[in-house]
Amino acid sequence: MRTFTKGGIHPPEDKLSADKPIEVLPLPAKVIIPLSQSLGAPSKLAVEKGDVVKVGQLIAKGEAFISSNVHASVSGKVTKIEEVMDASGYRRPAVLIDVEGDEWQEDIDRSDEIKMTITASPEEIIRRIYEMGVVGLGGATFPSHVKLRLPEGKKAEYLLINGVECEPYLTADHRVMLERGEEVVTGIRLLMHALKVEKAFIGIENNKPDAIAHLKELCSDTAGIEVIALKVKYPQGGEKQLIKAVTGRETPSGKLPLEVGCVVQNVGTALAVYEAVQKNKPLIDRIVTVTGKKLERPSNLKVRIGTPINELIAYCGGLPADTGKVIGGGPMMGKALYSIDVPVVKGTSGVLIMPGAESKRMAALNCIRCGRCVTVCPMGLEPILLAQLSENLLLERAEKERIMDCIECGSCQYTCPAGRPLLDFIRMGKNKTGIMIRNRGKK
Amino acid sequence: MNEIIIFAVISLTAIGVLSAVVLYFVAQKFKIIEDPRIDLVSEMLPGANCGGCGLAGCRAFAEQLVKSNDLAELNCPVGGAEVMKEVAAILGMEVEEKEPLIAVVRCNGSRINAAQKVIYDGATSCAFAHALGSGESGCPTGCLGLGDCVASCNFDAIYISAETGLPVVSEENCVACGACVKACPRNIIELRKKGKKDRRIFVSCVNTEKGGPARKNCQVACIGCGKCVKVCPFDAITLVNNLAYIDYDKCKLCRKCAPVCPTGAILEINFPLKKEKPADAGTEVENPVTA
Repeated sequence: MRTFTKGGIHPPEDKLSADKPIEVLPLPAKVIIPLSQSLGAPSKLAVEKGDVVKVGQLIAKGEAFISSNVHASVSGKVTKIEEVMDASGYRRPAVLIDVEGDEWQEDIDRSDEIKMTITASPEEIIRRIYEMGVVGLGGATFPSHVKLRLPEGKKAEYLLINGVECEPYLTADHRVMLERGEEVVTGIRLLMHALKVEKAFIGIENNKPDAIAHLKELCSDTAGIEVIALKVKYPQGGEKQLIKAVTGRETPSGKLPLEVGCVVQNVGTALAVYEAVQKNKPLIDRIVTVTGKKLERPSNLKVRIGTPINELIAYCGGLPADTGKVIGGGPMMGKALYSIDVPVVKGTSGVLIMPGAESKRMAALNCIRCGRCVTVCPMGLEPILLAQLSENLLLERAEKERIMDCIECGSCQYTCPAGRPLLDFIRMGKNKTGIMIRNRGKK
Repeated sequence: MNEIIIFAVISLTAIGVLSAVVLYFVAQKFKIIEDPRIDLVSEMLPGANCGGCGLAGCRAFAEQLVKSNDLAELNCPVGGAEVMKEVAAILGMEVEEKEPLIAVVRCNGSRINAAQKVIYDGATSCAFAHALGSGESGCPTGCLGLGDCVASCNFDAIYISAETGLPVVSEENCVACGACVKACPRNIIELRKKGKKDRRIFVSCVNTEKGGPARKNCQVACIGCGKCVKVCPFDAITLVNNLAYIDYDKCKLCRKCAPVCPTGAILEINFPLKKEKPADAGTEVENPVTA
């Protein structure tokens, strides 16, 4: 069984919603659509207060190289354009729409028919992906069209599809592979066509044998797509870890996967690509896992972007009495939400409700130099050293120790027997080192 | 036996003399002529190496002092006017007396004024908490109370009050070196003039949100209403981005602005109680955050 070589951990899987079919969440009364929903520059507003919008109408245009379009996910009236609290508690510009009916734009194909034949040219596929606002749905929300536009002289060899879902609790990708398999495979074929690659791998951890079997069967008559079963290990869903696990290639420090001829996309993204290109449907909804040990009905929901998270929780049985934290994303890389009034955005892969006692961190004790953080670091870094350098703001040293390679997977903090907030300090140091490097170029 | 001793003495003497000659010429060749005044000046300086002057330590500052022709731009905040006068005397120059400064914490979002909405459970570092989110009270510009300023202070002049969770500057210890100003990720701390009889008036808020959202998170936020701007007879108050700012160079400490502030965001420090409106002014002065 293949996996990546360096480090890694195996936290309890707790995939409570793995056997729950995807349900469609009823339309909310109003949605909050943040203007900036991807990495890169904020998108430029394209509607005004009072406008009546249809489902799929463009409301913000991504004009910079790394930015993406945002579309209305519901039909109704734009009531406000103002700064609304996001998951971190800061206020960012967003469009508020009061839902009226469910009127879609005419050119969107809403039929259930699965269109397998590819007619679009590679350029057209990439253009459609850009227009429909498709971003990486694994969580990092990197605009997908940017990954597909290869720089001059670079050639991709493999397309890697990330169906690993190594985060505990999350099952959205698992359900997508099981229920929307044909569409995902068509999406992969579209991506292969756009990248002009002959070979695609779908990496799936072997805790999802049903998904592996299902996709293997679907791909049996498609040349060039191979399903690879991977050993369960966190953080296999990291881009560089997946490349190592599937192809055995090591991405050099500070370089993109393209350096070793790979482009990585998530299964959710493959589905969004299928819908964008074949069905002309912008990225207006996504599959979200709503889960938690005390939650009445852990579920996988198909949710319109902009739906307040409290509606998802209410649909799944309401907020349990003993709730310590509500996390956006998985338990390892997700962030605690500031308030449950914040909306689902393109990057929301899950909503995890942690019971009070479990959500508390242990008090940080002294480092006993056991070296466990070094052993588990999937990037081969020394987390305790980086945390100390960051804490003392020795950024030049931290840069030499490759702090910018950290993928913020949190394995070090998970494994630390002294409960030290290693990742907190590394994140801060990474942030400050990044600013330092950017400023260096200016002078 | 004797021969060996004599031989050894002679050869070692010869080596010694030769080395001395070589070293003499080398020393002449690579001689460093240092202005003797640098030593004199650096003796006068406090030797705290705090970096408050903007240079790396007291010795570097002494070198800079000796080198420059004008002392107007150079100031040792720790030593203050006294030290600068003595330094000027050594260098045979005049120095204008600078008014002493003090660090001022421009946030009054204590636990009473800005209620806690969430619990922060991460690393004890303001810089990290700032990057992570808006903080426990929800105010995106308010003090996080995790003590980056305390850690940066070399003079034991700032501490976090257990009662309010806000930093308090000790008037005796603060030398206005500016370390805390740099350490604060939210730019809350400012160096302001100490003022006559240590009396100061300032807007204790840096929130640039509109009135509604600002007030929602904190009772004593500046809501940008502009009442203080209108009432100020000296044009010392400006309103930018929904936030009033009192220019300490123009402010004559007339105290007209504080009573008109609807949220009590303007703090008056070290003033005697006002007689006309004892209730209003009283609460301001008695507020646990004093500077």
